[in-house]
Amino acid sequence: MIINQKYMKIAVLVKQVIGSESALEISSDQKWIDESNATFVMNPPDNYAIEEAMQIKEKLGDGEVVIVSMGPQRVQKVIREGLSKGADRGIHIETQESKNIDPLEVAKNICNSIEQENFDLILSGLQSDDTGMGQTGVLIGELLNMSTATLAIETDIDQETIKVKRELESGWFQWVTLDSPASVSIQSGINQPRYPSLKGIMGAKKKEIKVIAASIEDSKQNLDKIFVPQKSKETEVIDTDVDASVDRIVDILRSEIKAF
Amino acid sequence: MNILVIIEHKNGVMHRMSKEAIAGAQKIGGNITALVIGENSDSVADELSSFQIEKTLLVTNEKVTSYNVDGYKEIILQVVKVVNPEFIITGHTYQARDFMPRLSASLDIPFIPDLVSIENSSYIKQIMNSKLNASISSSNGPVLISFQSASFSEENISKGSSPLEKFEVTLDASNIRSTVDEPFQESASEVDLESAELIVSVGRGIEKEENTSIAFDLAQVLGAEVSASRPVVDAGWLPSSRQVGSSGSTVSPKLYFSLGVSGAIQHVVGMKGSKNILAINKDPDAPIFEIADYAVVGDLLDIIPKLIEKLKDL
Repeated sequence: MIINQKYMKIAVLVKQVIGSESALEISSDQKWIDESNATFVMNPPDNYAIEEAMQIKEKLGDGEVVIVSMGPQRVQKVIREGLSKGADRGIHIETQESKNIDPLEVAKNICNSIEQENFDLILSGLQSDDTGMGQTGVLIGELLNMSTATLAIETDIDQETIKVKRELESGWFQWVTLDSPASVSIQSGINQPRYPSLKGIMGAKKKEIKVIAASIEDSKQNLDKIFVPQKSKETEVIDTDVDASVDRIVDILRSEIKAF
Repeated sequence: MNILVIIEHKNGVMHRMSKEAIAGAQKIGGNITALVIGENSDSVADELSSFQIEKTLLVTNEKVTSYNVDGYKEIILQVVKVVNPEFIITGHTYQARDFMPRLSASLDIPFIPDLVSIENSSYIKQIMNSKLNASISSSNGPVLISFQSASFSEENISKGSSPLEKFEVTLDASNIRSTVDEPFQESASEVDLESAELIVSVGRGIEKEENTSIAFDLAQVLGAEVSASRPVVDAGWLPSSRQVGSSGSTVSPKLYFSLGVSGAIQHVVGMKGSKNILAINKDPDAPIFEIADYAVVGDLLDIIPKLIEKLKDL
């Protein structure tokens, strides 16, 4: 019995990360960045997942887009950003810690919080710009017994089927047809993410964000320290006027690299 | 200690990063089992038999003739039960990113991806867009890990002789919930970047599509191929067959001459093995300069036309 075939319930997993313009000062315990001077932004790849969810809902004509994020209180800013782009409501899984390094622990918490929602589709960005683990969406797919696909560069979703074009390496692609429900990670560049409209921003303030407390058990992996990587080679810096630069490049190409 | 290395292959050729994964596994040390799944893999199994590993397991099953995430997961789970590995290792390829998290959730063990090295049982991984490194440890128990491109060299593989065994699996068709079409290319490949000796690479700093002709002019004078970073391909200025990086080709030419490439990690993994890297960028803090042998700070639109003239006069 299918009541409304066109209705699709979509979750978009988003993460708040330190913005690329922020100074990255290592904290005194050497375990993370000193966040006191950091600015936080939506993880850039997640913008594409939100846009794709909005386009799927608009194409089908009906549905619900729910923004899901885990982290401390401040992550409600990126949930609100998703709502201002047209998503319907938000779920905030609140932690006390400002970061959690263990993707499996994160995935289990998100599963506990969204399992009852019975989403038809979960979208996520391909990876986060901070820790770059690139697996949360797929972990959740497996834990919730959904089909999964990664690095989708095009989607073709109608009432009957979920088809995604996966990006392979070296310019190859492949279409995959997935059983519903599915969890799909979105390759950056799949679409042109929209900006929130003024009306969207005003409307977002009235939309619901449900807050659920996270329960972090023992992490199976720990971040022991972060450090500045050692440079593996010496670099000759050529920072002079155009003619002197050209002369030096010719010399390098001819005498040192022996390119000709 | 048992180690399982999952081998990726296409058209009978082993993925370069699978060989690097074997080299990494040998560095860790233990009884290494290589797993090859799918058809058209005889030459891959042959090559593995010349490596110093315990054995190669070959799985052929009519339900999983080529890569399928559900099929791979089911097969690897059955192999894991028998091999009982402490480490399950792959190269950090697009395929590994697709199935390794499924194994992680199913086995309830961590997947620590994209490692650049392992030091005293700490896993070293780049974070913050490769600006910093993180040292990660795992509590007792097995782990899934993947190695970033060029973290280990296939030239360091210890050679030997190892047996090949067929491994039988039983698959329930209902567990395979996705169907895959044949892989395809959008534009026929017009270049062979991976065997080019000299490469001139174009980044977003070239500013406009018409400026890409400067790169072709320079390449012609040098006898080089032209490659590009992802933003240039996404903008439609150059075809995807010229893309270098995690979603494009991996190259290691004698000279990688980059013009206005910022050096995002997705690009760097595809070219950091180059013998000489000469980079031009306006921004003195461009990440590409971190891995460059020669860092030219300046406007490529001023420098390159003059360089071309000079080279022509030689």
